[in-house]
Amino acid sequence: MAQAQQESQSFVEQLLDWFTSTLGRILIALVVPVVTFVIMWRGFIFLREGNAPQLVIALTAIIWGVGGVALIYFVTNWLIEQLPPRWMSRLQPFLFIGPAVLILAWYLAIPTFRTFLISLQGRVSEEWVGLSNYVAVFTERNMTIAFRNNLLWIAFGATLSVVFGLLVAVLADRSRFEKFAKSMIFLPMAISMVGAGVIWNFIYEVKEAGSAQIGLLNAIWVGLFGGDPQAWTAMLQPWNNLFLIIILIWMQTGYAMVIFSAAIKGIPNELLEAARVDGATEVQIFFRIMIPYIMGTIITVATTIVIFTLKIFDIVMVMTGGQFGTHVIATQFYRQAFTNQNKGYAAAIAIVLVILVIPVMVYNLRQFAEEEAF
Amino acid sequence: MRTSKGQQRIREIVINGVLLLLVLLWTIPTLGLFVSSFRTRFNIQTSGWWAIFPHKEWVIVEEFDKPEDVDPDGEMTIAGATGTFEEFREGIATEDGRQVIWSGNKRLATIRIEERKWQFLPELTLDNYGQVLAGKTYTVETADGGTVEVEGDNLIGAFLNSVTVAVPGTIIPILIAAFAAYGFAWMNFPGRKVLFIMVVALLVVPLQIALVPILKDYVKLDLNGTFLAIWLAHTGFGLPLATYLLFNYIKGLPRDLLESAFIDGASHFTIFLRLIIPLSVPALASFAIFQFLWVWNDYLIALVFIGAKPDVQVITMRIAEMVGSRGADWHLLTAGAFVSMILPLIVFFSLQRFFVRGLLAGSVKG
Repeated sequence: MAQAQQESQSFVEQLLDWFTSTLGRILIALVVPVVTFVIMWRGFIFLREGNAPQLVIALTAIIWGVGGVALIYFVTNWLIEQLPPRWMSRLQPFLFIGPAVLILAWYLAIPTFRTFLISLQGRVSEEWVGLSNYVAVFTERNMTIAFRNNLLWIAFGATLSVVFGLLVAVLADRSRFEKFAKSMIFLPMAISMVGAGVIWNFIYEVKEAGSAQIGLLNAIWVGLFGGDPQAWTAMLQPWNNLFLIIILIWMQTGYAMVIFSAAIKGIPNELLEAARVDGATEVQIFFRIMIPYIMGTIITVATTIVIFTLKIFDIVMVMTGGQFGTHVIATQFYRQAFTNQNKGYAAAIAIVLVILVIPVMVYNLRQFAEEEAF
Repeated sequence: MRTSKGQQRIREIVINGVLLLLVLLWTIPTLGLFVSSFRTRFNIQTSGWWAIFPHKEWVIVEEFDKPEDVDPDGEMTIAGATGTFEEFREGIATEDGRQVIWSGNKRLATIRIEERKWQFLPELTLDNYGQVLAGKTYTVETADGGTVEVEGDNLIGAFLNSVTVAVPGTIIPILIAAFAAYGFAWMNFPGRKVLFIMVVALLVVPLQIALVPILKDYVKLDLNGTFLAIWLAHTGFGLPLATYLLFNYIKGLPRDLLESAFIDGASHFTIFLRLIIPLSVPALASFAIFQFLWVWNDYLIALVFIGAKPDVQVITMRIAEMVGSRGADWHLLTAGAFVSMILPLIVFFSLQRFFVRGLLAGSVKG
């Protein structure tokens, strides 16, 4: 009996020995990734061709996607840990940063160069056309209107978001319902630009004169001011753009407010008290102390909103689709790339967008170099 | 010099008053949408959403055929009001606060007597939601009394697709970014600095730069219109910010903690899973909310990479489509828009603290 047990034990040991022997390790090292790959591949095919009920598809997809990525890390790490320690410590960093670097390279770094090359080619990249796409971008009327509109978006949208953000931050700081006020102003940040488009389309809705105006703006305009009903987003170009820009202000003020609010709370109280003792009015305190003190934050917030504004797309797309002289750079890009199928032209527009943000990129890199934290 | 009590009081009123006004201005648009989504199709088309609040309105109290004995071409007296045909067409006010209106032409007409009364239209319904959520056909009464067959919008399907896109679209980039942030913060390898500079440089690159080349790749790989394609796209475009934020956080964790773990013989992988991830929960949560809202609310990436496949469409695309095809059906648009907002709003209100923290940590996104 005891002997049998010993025998079986030694059998287990033998088995373990075999598994840990080089041959077994290599075999397992080959089998595990293959099995992983097969499972992932089956999942992909199931999802792509599956006719299962949607709830099943949704659940499978989530588990497959999230689990798959985790599995890849685990399996690769396991493989690396089978290697001799010297190799392991050499390879492990690349397991950690590798996926991120590969994806960044595929999705952002390399496309910058590819898009640049495409921008030097014709409609379907059939021939080299030199800079003629860029010439078209800067001379065609469609594009000059788009550039002008983006300037309007920046001049009004970014500026007023910052102004209102600052105003709310300062007022809320001294009010009796700070938390509530900030929550409500911040709320539009959670709403998609498409949703915001519906909300504001409804406000701008126009009915013919004589019937009830169901759009808030026309109801006020007709009811209180006795005006004629207006199609706000279609009238009086280019000023109809302002009615789209209001939506951006409505959405971005909350962002500016949150950042400013934190910055204002960081101003030392002694500084404000000292000014008050010296007889400064609240307005003077605001302009002479608060604004200079948080200038850095104001610039950061303004820059962020300007970049956001440069790429504005959804609002215009949902509200007017670019009609009535409301096209912006990003909607022209979309139109050229996917509606007109003029890839070269679209690529040139994208490159112009990148060139516009290069100053910010350089600033970020210099900040990073100065910190020397690396 | 101290300000007097009275001045202080006025200042307080001005501050709170102006702030309240701004809050109202900012809230009313959403409120209008929310209220409208519960109103009937007929009510939405014939009165503003604010009509659900009590307000004074002209209401018909009496209606009868025009008397035979009046002469429309001259001066007439009906129900105590005197005037010409044109004046009656506009409505003539009587002394007891009523108005008499001639409705119709000179030969065939009814006379309406109206009174200003407190009114409100509390009639609310969930039908709009039923109609946008389900995919089946609905019979709807139109404003002129007839009925039309309308196909539902099946937003439940689009909603599920959005969940399927947004959950992995949030978790995958965070997972990958957390690994990378740890690698950059605590590991030594050749090219570490150059690669991190790439991350910083890519922070502000507009994603438009990638759409044309990536779409080409997707067509070649037959990935277009799959969930994998859109997860990867959101991962790629979200990674620079995620890596940067998490790097800053993980870098700031106490060094001794890691060193003692190393001395205990733990590997990088174990330290990362057992120590770094639990310690980084606040930073991970902040970015998760940020990314979730971003992915859920995204329209452009969905439009480009899954545009061709209707059964994979996310909710923002469906809503944008409804704006195009059902532009005047406000009872459906408002309900649909609200369905698309419900999840972000829940996330926003329950996790606002983390969201604000994420914003404060730096939020320049390409």
